[in-house]
Amino acid sequence: MSLLELDEVVGGYGQVQVLHGIDLAVDEGNVAVVLGANGAGKTTTLRAISGQVHVTGDIRFAGTSIVGKSPEAVSQLGIAHVPQGRGTFGELTVEENLRVGAINRRDNDIQRDLDRWYGVFPRLGERRTQEAGSMSGGEQQMLALARAMMARPRLLLLDEPSLGLAPLVTRELFARLGDLNRNEGLSILVVEQNANLALDIGHWGYVLETGNIAVEGPAEQLHDDEAVRKAYLGF
Amino acid sequence: MQLFIEQVLNGIGNGVVYGSVALALVLIFRTTGVLNFAQGEMALFSTYISWKLTETGLPVVGAIVISMLIAFVAGGVLQFTLIRPMEGRSQLNVVIVTLGLFLAINSLAQLFFGTDPQLMPSAFPSGGVDLFGGARIQKDTIGLIVVLLVECLALWVLLNKTKLGLKLRAVAADPVSARLHGIRAGWMLMFGWALAAMIGALAGSLVAAERTGFDATLMQIILVYALAAAALGGFDSIWGAVICGLIVGIADALTIQYVDALDGIEVVVPLGLILVVLIVSPNGLFGKRTVERV
Repeated sequence: MSLLELDEVVGGYGQVQVLHGIDLAVDEGNVAVVLGANGAGKTTTLRAISGQVHVTGDIRFAGTSIVGKSPEAVSQLGIAHVPQGRGTFGELTVEENLRVGAINRRDNDIQRDLDRWYGVFPRLGERRTQEAGSMSGGEQQMLALARAMMARPRLLLLDEPSLGLAPLVTRELFARLGDLNRNEGLSILVVEQNANLALDIGHWGYVLETGNIAVEGPAEQLHDDEAVRKAYLGF
Repeated sequence: MQLFIEQVLNGIGNGVVYGSVALALVLIFRTTGVLNFAQGEMALFSTYISWKLTETGLPVVGAIVISMLIAFVAGGVLQFTLIRPMEGRSQLNVVIVTLGLFLAINSLAQLFFGTDPQLMPSAFPSGGVDLFGGARIQKDTIGLIVVLLVECLALWVLLNKTKLGLKLRAVAADPVSARLHGIRAGWMLMFGWALAAMIGALAGSLVAAERTGFDATLMQIILVYALAAAALGGFDSIWGAVICGLIVGIADALTIQYVDALDGIEVVVPLGLILVVLIVSPNGLFGKRTVERV
């Protein structure tokens, strides 16, 4: 049984159907990568998982169906969703942003986790009392990742983390994601345009095309498949 | 000089009330992004409830506390039944609903409590205290100032030092992102309305006691001054709303005393202040410049 399983998921916004039957799975401890052009349904797929889109079909997390659950409820089950645009609470300080990540935790390790993420991302530590909205895009992406991790999720959903970031910052970000997966066994579902970097840390890859899974396979294989690269990935 | 000081104190007495209502406006604006035009009338209705309770023989403070609790529940219910269904629609819709509420609550207050002026007893001791230079300050003015300071402090602690406050501010900053972090945004918005209604109930009940009789028009002019205070304060700062309430109150009192040309039309003072401040500094005196990066 996979940690996350999507079965024939159909859904969209109002009358507009975006997803036409998505089958997808993320195994515990794995990184799954969803690639595809703009408008293929990548963001909608993530929103369907976190309860922001009305869907039919089945979505199971750790064996239990989560279809019809609110975003709040899905979050409390252990799924952290970093949306496109990073979801920064601009008027809150960096530290308050991180505390929002841990808002539903009841244990006493919150301070220790804060220190830990300040250690991983020293920039956040330097700016802990600064308003988060005043930080650069790269810093906000680091903040979004750390904030999501403050919830100690079992599954991390990332929507185009590289969007608007300098290549060097993107590389750094994916290195951190790879670390998290390898060292802590964090399961990740990442949607990306930057196929190279994402497939490098991924175990399994999917290529979405107009709301359907066009191709899937081991990340390495997708990365090296000439035909797939030419047709879908554009490199 | 004595006259000047007394007028300033007068202004502070009124300004405290403007600041208090501005506080309620800012609280709702910060958590939901809309101006609640019915804020004053909600406070009026609560004031009538306080008054009615004192008529039954309850002590004033007890009556006001009960009325505040009722307002807290009613504020939440109003948000749940009338504002929440507007979720996802244009904010203009919500503003129109609050305008409708303004009229509806005012009419209901007249229907239930009549149109005759009523006397609200004061929660504070009567009489004055002598100050330097021969000026006197009324004890209930001191009481109002103390109550407002305590209220601000409590709100500030709630918003900045508690988990609940952090949730409220997170929802205000980005409701979608807040929900993705497991915060029930709907509950928080309801709580914001409940809190604002409670603050309004307190302000209304205290100001009504300052008057030699109040009727259903009590809060209307106060709302105009409170809007001026909130706008001056930049609509997102608690302390800004209060300090600007005082500024508006003092400016108003001094105008009445010293500017004969504006006799009877002093209300242009707060409006003029809004105009000038917003031209010079569009974020108000205390508003934060919104910084957004993509």
